[in-house]
Amino acid sequence: MTVLAPRASVATVPVPYRVVECSAESADTATIALEPVGSPLPAFTPGQYAMVYAFGVGDIPLSVCGIDGHRLTHTVRSVGATSAALRSLRPGTRVGVRGPFGTAWDLDAASGRDLLLVAGGIGLAPLRPLVHDALAAPQRYGRLNVLIGARTPGDLLYTEELRRWRDAARTLVTVDRPDATWTGDVGVVTALLDRAAFDPANSVAFVCGPEVMIRATARELVHRAMDPDRIRVSLERTMHCATGHCGHCQLGPLLLCRDGPVVTWTHAQTLLFVREL
Amino acid sequence: MADDGAAVIDKAGLNTLITALARRGRTVIGPTVRDGAIVLAELSSGDELPYGWGVELEAGHYRLRERADGAAFAHSAGPQSWKTFLHPPRERQWTAARTADGELEFSEDRTPPPAYAFLGVRPCDLRAIAVQDRVLTAGPHADARYRGRRRRAFLVAVECTEPGATCFCVSMGTGPAVGPGYDLALTEVLDDNGHRFLVRAGTQEGESVLAELPRRPADPATRTAARDRVAEAADHMGRTMPPVNLQTLMRDTLDAERWNDVTARCLTCGNCTMVCPTCFCTSTEDITDLTGDHAERWRRWESCYDLDFTHLAGAGSVRSSPRSRYRQWLTHKIGTWHDQFGSSGCVGCGRCIVWCPTGIDITEEAHALNAERAAATGQPR
Repeated sequence: MTVLAPRASVATVPVPYRVVECSAESADTATIALEPVGSPLPAFTPGQYAMVYAFGVGDIPLSVCGIDGHRLTHTVRSVGATSAALRSLRPGTRVGVRGPFGTAWDLDAASGRDLLLVAGGIGLAPLRPLVHDALAAPQRYGRLNVLIGARTPGDLLYTEELRRWRDAARTLVTVDRPDATWTGDVGVVTALLDRAAFDPANSVAFVCGPEVMIRATARELVHRAMDPDRIRVSLERTMHCATGHCGHCQLGPLLLCRDGPVVTWTHAQTLLFVREL
Repeated sequence: MADDGAAVIDKAGLNTLITALARRGRTVIGPTVRDGAIVLAELSSGDELPYGWGVELEAGHYRLRERADGAAFAHSAGPQSWKTFLHPPRERQWTAARTADGELEFSEDRTPPPAYAFLGVRPCDLRAIAVQDRVLTAGPHADARYRGRRRRAFLVAVECTEPGATCFCVSMGTGPAVGPGYDLALTEVLDDNGHRFLVRAGTQEGESVLAELPRRPADPATRTAARDRVAEAADHMGRTMPPVNLQTLMRDTLDAERWNDVTARCLTCGNCTMVCPTCFCTSTEDITDLTGDHAERWRRWESCYDLDFTHLAGAGSVRSSPRSRYRQWLTHKIGTWHDQFGSSGCVGCGRCIVWCPTGIDITEEAHALNAERAAATGQPR
């Protein structure tokens, strides 16, 4: 996993971007597409994140969920003041963006192997560009599996796209709480592993979601004899600077803004089982 | 005796040093007595140095005491450290303006950094500056404003000849003799031959400043006296760390009972993080003016003891218990700092012991954790 460092100034001072699209994903979640007003930031790689600034409110780390030329796409769930402001943006509004920051998923390491993408809730957002890249070059990989868990059917992201993914990938979806119309799976996402098409000895897993879901998924994969080095997880902590200077994002020896968000399970496993680390 | 360019100056020479640095456009910061403590403040003359003042230190205890000998630097760390100047408590990072047509314009503050001269940097604090240099400028992203202040700063180190009861620089390998990184290094000598300072230059600018001072070549007696006083200081440490690898000690004791014991005494006030010369954590604050068209990004010191330090919107604080927050501070300081920045974050200055309102002693906690681990593994301490 390589750290791709932006120029010093764009690491601390935001660059103006224009909101070009906003679409509601659910009651509290929207996907926004941004294009640079002037000079773009350096290229982002799937797994990396940007610090997106809502004028006068603040900035928060958002993984890229789509990269198309200089266009950046982010899915944001309203959970605090800044995410609420970003979720409510309208086309034409200006925001500030810093980045790219952090480690990437490293899809190249999965070449020739089965792919297992496991997402919980908004954890699907950072995995989405991997799905796009894998679907664009299916001959490079073995079987492609996308396993998705959501709280309710109404919380499912990218529902239009999911239909297209189903044609090319084993796409399995489960929800915690079904509604009257739901006919699919109910339960935790790890229950879907039994129906995924992968050879644990020759697969790479990319996992993102709530920490309890990451722990359960990784533990289950290791139980199935997957090499912890080939399980990549994307972790979340509070970040203020994204440049390794504010100290908020520490997880034991890791500064997740710099050493993460994507780390191997080999690195993460001992840390995530220490309470309140 | 080798001709290393070392010289001897007296109190008048120290006065000239301050004026020579000021004449070069530098803001001279050094120790002075104020509000019952030896603080770091701008000096306009050598008379403001704390001649004749020492300090009495213990866990949760700091008192000035008068000295009969008139020494200027026979005191150990005060409540402040040089990070106050190099990594200021509050700093504006940028401003943003929303124009009439809705565009956003971001501007960085481009005023040149102040040119400081620090007089009286103790060896432990010289190391602390090097530690902060690594944190703030050696990673993939450098803090440009810190780097600007740091590059312009002129450092006059003063070797430690009178450690306090809470000092343990010998354990941390940071003193009492001065390490690299100074422009000038002084050692204060007071004996029958008078009150004087042995001076060595560590940089070209140091040499050129030294050349402006009234001085005489260093004589063998002054050299010997200076060396002996620093050697004696090494034997007078008030505290020690356990002589084990502290990084692995922290890794091995994350579940220790001792954390509950110390948490019963810790108020999570964050004093230790404010006085620590290496603690660097900050939070950002965004403010707008009344028009709503101008915004500013500020950065201020933050403490990992603050409940909100790990707050994630929608998920709460990762470290909600005081136990986990004290553990974070100590394990980071002497453990995971090595992983993150390639050295310990502790320089043995003892400030955290002195300024803890309940007198928690970092060395005592490390000894207790070591004892608990030894008992658990059946190994000798």
